Amino acid sequence: MSDFPWLTAAIAVPAVGSAVVAALPQAREELAKRLTFVLTLVVLAITLVMTVTFDTGSAREGTAGALQFAEVHDWIPAFGIHYAVGVDGIAMVLILMSAILVPVVVLAAWNEAEGTPDNPAKRSVKAYFALILLLEAMMVGVFAATDVFLFYVFFEAMLIPVYFMIGSYGTGKRQYAAVKFLLYSLFGGLLMLVSVIGVYVLSARQTGEGTFLWEDLTKLTIADGTARWLFLGFFIAFAIKAPMWPFHTWLPDAAGSARPGTAVLLVGVLDKVGTYGMLRFCLELFPGAAHWFTWPVLILSLVSIVYGAVVAIGQTDMLRLIAYTSVSHFGFITLGIWAMTSQGQSGASLYMVNHGFATGALFIGAGFLIARRGSPLISDYGGVQKVAPVLAGTFLVASLAGVALPGLNSFVSEFLVLIGTYTRYPVSAIIATTGIILAAVYILWMYQRLMTGPIQPKVEGMRDLNLREKWAVAPLVALIIAFGVYPKPLLDIINPAVGRTMEQVDMKDPAPAVPAAAEQGAHE
Amino acid sequence: MTGTLTSAAAPLAGSFGNLAGAGLAETTAATGAVHGNAWLMVAFPLLGAAVLLLGGRRTSGWGHYLAVAMSLASFVWGVLSFFQLLGFAPEERSRDLHIFSWIPVGSLRIDFGLLLDPLSLTFVLLITGVGSLIHIYSIGYMAHDPERRRFFAYLNLFVAAMLLLVLANNYALLYVGWEGVGLASYLLIGFWQYKNSAAVAAKKAFIVNRVGDFGLSVGIMIMFATFGTVAFTPIFEHAAEGAQGWVTTIALLLLLGACGKSAQLPLQSWLLDAMEGPTPVSALIHAATMVTAGVYLITRSGPIFDVAPEAQLVVTIVGAATLLFGAIIGCAKDDIKKALAGSTMSQIGYMHLAAGLGPIGYAAAIAHLLTHGFFKAGLFLGAGSVMHGMNDQVDMRKYGALRKAMPITFATFGLGYLAIIGFPGLAGWFTKDAIIEAAFAKGGTTGLVLGGAALLGAGLTAFYMSRVMFMTFFGTKRWDDGAHPHESPASMTGPMVLLAIGSVFGGAFLVLGHRFADFLAPVVGEQEAHAFNPLAPASVATFVLMVLGVSIAWLRYGRERATVPRTAPKGSFVTVAARKDLYGDAINEGLLMRPGQWLARVSVFVDNRGIDGIVRSLAAAVGGSSGRLRRVQTGYVRSYALSMFFGAAIVVAALLVVRL
Repeated sequence: MSDFPWLTAAIAVPAVGSAVVAALPQAREELAKRLTFVLTLVVLAITLVMTVTFDTGSAREGTAGALQFAEVHDWIPAFGIHYAVGVDGIAMVLILMSAILVPVVVLAAWNEAEGTPDNPAKRSVKAYFALILLLEAMMVGVFAATDVFLFYVFFEAMLIPVYFMIGSYGTGKRQYAAVKFLLYSLFGGLLMLVSVIGVYVLSARQTGEGTFLWEDLTKLTIADGTARWLFLGFFIAFAIKAPMWPFHTWLPDAAGSARPGTAVLLVGVLDKVGTYGMLRFCLELFPGAAHWFTWPVLILSLVSIVYGAVVAIGQTDMLRLIAYTSVSHFGFITLGIWAMTSQGQSGASLYMVNHGFATGALFIGAGFLIARRGSPLISDYGGVQKVAPVLAGTFLVASLAGVALPGLNSFVSEFLVLIGTYTRYPVSAIIATTGIILAAVYILWMYQRLMTGPIQPKVEGMRDLNLREKWAVAPLVALIIAFGVYPKPLLDIINPAVGRTMEQVDMKDPAPAVPAAAEQGAHE
Repeated sequence: MTGTLTSAAAPLAGSFGNLAGAGLAETTAATGAVHGNAWLMVAFPLLGAAVLLLGGRRTSGWGHYLAVAMSLASFVWGVLSFFQLLGFAPEERSRDLHIFSWIPVGSLRIDFGLLLDPLSLTFVLLITGVGSLIHIYSIGYMAHDPERRRFFAYLNLFVAAMLLLVLANNYALLYVGWEGVGLASYLLIGFWQYKNSAAVAAKKAFIVNRVGDFGLSVGIMIMFATFGTVAFTPIFEHAAEGAQGWVTTIALLLLLGACGKSAQLPLQSWLLDAMEGPTPVSALIHAATMVTAGVYLITRSGPIFDVAPEAQLVVTIVGAATLLFGAIIGCAKDDIKKALAGSTMSQIGYMHLAAGLGPIGYAAAIAHLLTHGFFKAGLFLGAGSVMHGMNDQVDMRKYGALRKAMPITFATFGLGYLAIIGFPGLAGWFTKDAIIEAAFAKGGTTGLVLGGAALLGAGLTAFYMSRVMFMTFFGTKRWDDGAHPHESPASMTGPMVLLAIGSVFGGAFLVLGHRFADFLAPVVGEQEAHAFNPLAPASVATFVLMVLGVSIAWLRYGRERATVPRTAPKGSFVTVAARKDLYGDAINEGLLMRPGQWLARVSVFVDNRGIDGIVRSLAAAVGGSSGRLRRVQTGYVRSYALSMFFGAAIVVAALLVVRL
């Protein structure tokens, strides 16, 4: 690991790039797109270098899950605020996932800024891509921040580009959806701010000098009552972000009004900040409170899983349908986190990555359909498979990843979450497993209505994917299959970080009832 | 039998011996070029599928040959593996091939590994052998389909997944194959997906199977919680040490999985609809191989079931009930494929019944599975050949007297027919009689009930299969105008002939001399050899019932004077019920589908009006009461940020006041 500030570079390149793209002349639309695409590839390259050089062996040296690529600089010394970044395995794979998704979205959303039938006014094309770059900088920043205040800044600042991406470039009730998204998130953010300041005050009292550095804050001893209130401040913000039932109603509106490219980043990356935050802050800063809230969280997770799936079945708009499936999927993630087993938490972390690819591919496929037919309503389609087989085929792979078909990436994470939950909370795991049946219902019914049956008149002339679109979706399809067959590289990165979290919350995996079999199994 | 098994340090081989009685093979690492590269068996057809799907139309010209070649390559590798295995002493015939570490998290270590033993390689030969024949048959059958390339891609995908299912050395990897065949089945049932009925049938098959998969999933979770591993060998060797209740639960959940895949009660309803798929698919997936995966699962998990007698009893009950259920449906169907599908359900019921009997029945179950693979695949291919010659007509009331127009189809179908009804000397006679005898041998009331059901089923089988045979090939011509039945091309009749040969000699080969039972013994345990006795009371009774069933069918459908109306008569209460699949769909619809749709609708309403409604009215309330503060709501993000800042400052101040 060299001393080159890789993380800062991954934040700075898109941030500066965003300003450059914004400064381009309005007419140079094509240049803005190309420049954006190249810049996102640069970020991807930086992230790949980090992933490859990431030290997965630190577990053996007793520094399990230590932060890597860490940088700490004073920012506002008077308040103990730092520009501090660094990644453990979980943050690493999430940054990688984000860096993969952004160029994919840029390719898929190439023509998205050019207006829609119900929002035909010509919009600034370069601004859309500048916003994407700005968002990318903040996404990397939010996962990399190891100063709680810096995290908070990124967490809130991310709202701004998304607000405009939905409000200006969206469709339908886009203003309503954007404001709803903003207010909801701000509400959660303010609660979090209270807690952020709270832990700062505590650190000032305990160490004499207040700090926002996450690693220092994890060492605080906090009284139970205080910890629970502070925990709630973080948790509610993250539960809104994730989104968890009953804080989820902004998501279908936002995803339904956003352009599909925006929706990919919104659901694929932004929402992960919620579940990532739960692992990083709720569990590690307040382990006692996290235990105390176990049952409420488990119940909310189960409600999210089942409720999200049932409501998804009843949707008529494909974007909203996919949004509700995500409510269900996020239930699996929070369930895995609060199962407090290594399988559950590694599964949850991997789930965040896999869900990004699978749901990203699904949103992108839906985007291709909407770009052709001009309607998000499922009933406006039928028989697409016959006229656009490649489009239908990629959509099917994404759909099957959505139902966690074994052999595809989502299976590994969902299986880990379920098996990890079962060892501690068997009934919860069994209830969650009904999700696999419901998932088959909502996904396959949607696929049937969109792609099969007699060809609808307005679908007849639909063209299949062009080269750009194929390149956009092919990496996701390849990753969905590759990480289904061989998830070990990701798990190797994630496992040490989960080991550290498990230590911090002072939990050990339950032992099997017949240890002899386990021992023999381990030797084979 | 489990008393000595307390110490983890006890030599594993010794504990295995204690557990199983005697003769079970100890698993050792796979060696040699053939076993060491056994993964190629899965890789060949997978590669074929990938090339055909990614290659697009460019591969249309030769794609089907590639698919056939890949399937044959797996078959050849399977034969080589089989003979290498035969080269070992029986107790050494269990070979484990580690390929890579698949899911390692904490104490959970799931490998991508294969197990080569008599059971898995038996299935490999069945899957690739029958599979290759059906690949060849499909060249002709699908010749005029513009999407033939895609069809062959899916067939290859199926073969790969099915091989993974039977070769996996742990439950998680088995589950990959398990759902992989489900996917292939979904794609192939819905192959003609521009027909709504096909698309709906495909979806239904997948969803019903998911209910079974739910069982399998939870079963695997309990295994991990109990045994700390999901690999076969350690679980089987220590099965008896698990708490009785949990082991029984695992076994019942595995059975639920088996019911889904094998279309056993109560998850039977998808199989009849699955006949929407092209007929070669019905032959390969929905008769010979995939639907028998449940029997494989139970036989493979024998060491678990052997220590869970209650679960075994449930297996036999499910098997007996389904064998009658399917047979009754088969009696009433006019669609030739659906009649055969009812029959498949029924025959797999026999296999479950046998597998539920424990070590005495495993070999019988698998033997019947093999002969059934031959004769049922042959019957379906024959049905396909008839449809091919009759403009895709499936209604047997529009057939009749086809034996002259299609002599080869008639002869091969006829031999398959004689095999399934248990005509003495043919394959089904040996293997089905073995199951009936084993059922009676269980003794007591249970044995009588199970044996009685199996016996009754044999009579019904003779009736409905004779009905199919006579309505199709005998009697008077009831063809549609414009039907010009003709014999199918050699690529189709060739596989039919080979399968017919298997239907004739397969049973004798497997059963005489106790050959197959001995071969399987290292996997399922030794059973005392008992000579095959065709004059045992059960065999005689079976024969009498068979003759009775054939005779009734002959009187009603076969002889010259029997008139088969071209439109189905109203029929009795029983006939009507059987035509409606004994109301399986109606029950599903009333109990699950309609309440489910209602629940989804209500949930959507609640979500829109209830939860979101509360949020919005809260927002409105705040907005109303703070009308004076409306100036704050400028819509400028910078002013929001400013208010955030002030808010934060107030909070800090508050904290300082409270805490410091």
